[in-house]
Amino acid sequence: MAAFWSVYIWPLVVMVAQSLLLLIILLIAIAYVLLADRKIWAAVQIRRGPNVVGPWGLFQSFADLIKFVLKEPVVPAGANKGVFLLAPLVTCTLALAAWAVIPVSAGWVISNINVGVLYIFAISSLGVYGVIMAGWASNSKYPFLAALRSAAQMVSYEVSIGFVIITVLLLVGSLNLSAIVEAQNSAWGLLGWYWLPLLPMFVIFFVSALAETNRPPFDLVEAESELVAGYMVEYGSTPYMMFMLGEYVAIATMCAMATILFLGGWLPPFPVPPFTWIPGIIWFVLKASAMFFMFAMVKAFVPRYRYDQLMRLGWKVFLPISIAMVAIVAGVLEVIRG
Amino acid sequence: MIISAIFFYLFAGVCIASAIMVIAARNPVHSVLFLILTFVNAAGLFVLMGAEFLAMILIVVYVGAVAVLFLFVVMMLDVDFAELRHGLLNYLPMGFVVGTALLAELLFVVGAWLIAPGIPKVVTAPIAAAGDVSNTQALGLVLYTRYVYFFEAAGVILLVAMVGAIVMTLQHKPDVKRQRIAEQVARRRSSAIEIVKVRSGQGLP
Repeated sequence: MAAFWSVYIWPLVVMVAQSLLLLIILLIAIAYVLLADRKIWAAVQIRRGPNVVGPWGLFQSFADLIKFVLKEPVVPAGANKGVFLLAPLVTCTLALAAWAVIPVSAGWVISNINVGVLYIFAISSLGVYGVIMAGWASNSKYPFLAALRSAAQMVSYEVSIGFVIITVLLLVGSLNLSAIVEAQNSAWGLLGWYWLPLLPMFVIFFVSALAETNRPPFDLVEAESELVAGYMVEYGSTPYMMFMLGEYVAIATMCAMATILFLGGWLPPFPVPPFTWIPGIIWFVLKASAMFFMFAMVKAFVPRYRYDQLMRLGWKVFLPISIAMVAIVAGVLEVIRG
Repeated sequence: MIISAIFFYLFAGVCIASAIMVIAARNPVHSVLFLILTFVNAAGLFVLMGAEFLAMILIVVYVGAVAVLFLFVVMMLDVDFAELRHGLLNYLPMGFVVGTALLAELLFVVGAWLIAPGIPKVVTAPIAAAGDVSNTQALGLVLYTRYVYFFEAAGVILLVAMVGAIVMTLQHKPDVKRQRIAEQVARRRSSAIEIVKVRSGQGLP
């Protein structure tokens, strides 16, 4: 019985506790990411942004949460009820599930699996189902059109993200996320991180991440001038909030991915004492926040792409460049390592 | 061991139940969604067997790409189900033959494996023990050495299929105005605008 306790129950309790801790911190962080997004957008347009609830509007997201939860969820009469309610759950769960393998500091990861990169890639490629299911189940024209075009968009940009990840994997030689960060640890500090040797790939990853998470300028899913609000037209209250949450968690995941793949994860920018005293988690959060700042700024000052231009960019520009870079990186490594 | 047994029965049970629902569901979109559930549970079974690379590839390729296209087609088609059910009896014998053939093949493989465990080792390639190399590395070592020609041939076949699909759907319409990005970017001020001084009361010549 004692063995049963120590072998099964205790690890389970630890795992559940770790997961809960990560989820709570992540959700609170998302509340402030949302606020930061609105504040940055407002600042670019010389507005104040949300500033009423709490000091400087700091509690705005929590007020929104209460508002969403207290409203009545409406399911349209013609909707396919099961799939209609399943779609936001799928979006939200998948987005949160990706965080199980993300190492936020040395050894600080819930599941340090060997195929971490592939896991995140697989989970983010499933994100498209939330959109398609919502669009179809709403049984309405605009959501359906939005679902079709966004599905095509997300599948297209996954391809170039895949090739970008392959170039990083070629340099590291492992699919483990912690190993990817450790491989960037050198005496050069921030010049040794992969953003410099793989600069074109970093740019492609950033733009593809915008398209993959349906952020402006690629937010053709919810292009309000053409599709009202895209696949979310028929949603309100809690289901809508879950879409919103899933979307922002996916954005945070992409920021974390960019941090791990290109910005050296939890490593300090200069490997000398005043910087190495600061714990890794702080560096990780700082880098991920910087990435999110870029996401928010792009939203604020880039106009929306037209759909055919989006497809052209994905298939005719990013895909050839990333395939060429895979060949070039492999060739250079072959020459250097013999 | 108990935990992995519980998860095995969970994944296998859901897998079989959702596979049955694929053919039993009335709505074709529900069928495809159950198919996706089957894929995900099969990936879970792969993980239990220690083949995590295959599991992730199964999800990326089948669930992330192939099933999306299935879903696309099924959603866009207006399938009349009463019509489809009508022809069920005609296709039943054919389906029965295919099913029997598959079952016989599976029995052959499993039977050979049970009766003479050494037989599969004759035709399969030896790989390093699971602890020594990671899953991905073991797979790569076999694929790019012993089976490299088959692997490359599979790649070429897929490429040919892709080119064929593109050729079949590509239409050349001569009277369509297309956007040429390079031309737009190469445009300079001198070729785009002309500044003309217009005298009042005279207009342009």
